[in-house]
Amino acid sequence: MFDFGIITGWIHTQLTSVMSEQLAIFLECVIVGILLLLVYVIVAIIMIYMERKVCAAFQCRLGPTRVGPWGSLQVFCDVFKMLTKEIITVRHSDKFLYNLAPFIVILASVMAFACIPMSRGLEILDFNVGVFFFMAASSIGIVGILLAGWSSNSKFSLIGAMRSGAQMISYELSVGLSILTIVVLTDTMQFSEIVMRQEDGWFIFKGHIPAVISFIIYLIAANAEVNRGPFDLPEAESELTAGYHTEYSGMHFGLFYVAEFVNLFIVSSIAATIFLGGWMPLHIPGLDGFNAVMDWIPGFVWYFAKAFFVVWLLMWIKWTFPRLRIDQILTLEWKYLVPIGLANLLLMVIVVVFKLHF
Amino acid sequence: MNFILLIVVILIAVIMVAAAVGIAKAIAPRSYNPQKGEPYECGIPTRGKSWMQFKVGYYLFAILFLMFDVETVFLFAWAVVVQDLGIYGLVSVLFFLLVLILGLAYAWRKGALEWK
Repeated sequence: MFDFGIITGWIHTQLTSVMSEQLAIFLECVIVGILLLLVYVIVAIIMIYMERKVCAAFQCRLGPTRVGPWGSLQVFCDVFKMLTKEIITVRHSDKFLYNLAPFIVILASVMAFACIPMSRGLEILDFNVGVFFFMAASSIGIVGILLAGWSSNSKFSLIGAMRSGAQMISYELSVGLSILTIVVLTDTMQFSEIVMRQEDGWFIFKGHIPAVISFIIYLIAANAEVNRGPFDLPEAESELTAGYHTEYSGMHFGLFYVAEFVNLFIVSSIAATIFLGGWMPLHIPGLDGFNAVMDWIPGFVWYFAKAFFVVWLLMWIKWTFPRLRIDQILTLEWKYLVPIGLANLLLMVIVVVFKLHF
Repeated sequence: MNFILLIVVILIAVIMVAAAVGIAKAIAPRSYNPQKGEPYECGIPTRGKSWMQFKVGYYLFAILFLMFDVETVFLFAWAVVVQDLGIYGLVSVLFFLLVLILGLAYAWRKGALEWK
């Protein structure tokens, strides 16, 4: 298993040998920042292209084909088109909050994105309360959405933002409970540590029944958390035009769009990290030859493969199911997912206390 | 080191948005038309203010969420040490969860979970 800590450690020693400690740390921070921005943008571009292609495949269409081979340059053209569109502000809107909202939405998604370990030694924010920090960071996004809807002085935006707020805070409970189930199993909240504990089997196998239930609850709740799939009524096109970002145009809209897709990637990679082993290859205890072969595949390939597999699963759900009503969404959360999540948590505690897990 | 990186990450987010909006404002064409400033309502002129009263049902769910979210904060601290506590940890949190489930059952019975 290749350890990226060797590369970062080598860069650190090289830098400290030619300059002072503070300057080296400053330079490393700049490098980390640029790389993070690059990966964020690349992930957003891949996600948008993938969404269009997967959607087309499910509807028996071809999707973008004209620009570049298989339409792969279409997203770049869209970015340039967004950049050359006028940014319109509604006349009686609250200008300060209206301009602040995209900042908050992007801030939340970048902070959550930086929490995820991508390979061995490739963690950016690796707190010992990492899971907790991730949930706190990602829930800031709700504030941005509520501000966007409230400040733009449009009734569609207001209704969209309120629906979105009610839905996102409700489903955050289920996301929290299903992550909590895994924290009970691991007794750590640090993401890198959670991945290391899955060396002898991913948690979805080690935790058997309660882990599978919480994985399913997590997928449903995470899909609602990012306002997609059958839960996309905050921006239901046929009733609210675009929901909370109706009044945003040009690049302002583009930022909301990017944040939405990267949020989908973030929740998928959290599912991949805490249930499917993150960058940890598939290991079966006892089969040393098989494990050695699996270790030849680099960690980040495993990580991205799992994350995009979950993304594909969520896209499949999105393009298959019809949209729910607001009362159905709240009923599903409060009358089904929360009680099942609590019962599942107790089941997991019993499994852990009586050592029934693998 | 972690907290320096956190500041870097926040700065990256702010710079990204500022740069994107700044470039768009610099190169995008601009034209003035009073109709552009109107809120979008499918072509019909909007009537009255948009900052108005809305359904109180959202507020009820926000209150319920607050109750359960604070509970999750306590449970995270407990979840890290539950393997060391053993059966003692299981029984003590059982009472905690029981009180919460009673609260949920009360809200359910009172009809707070219905969307009316």
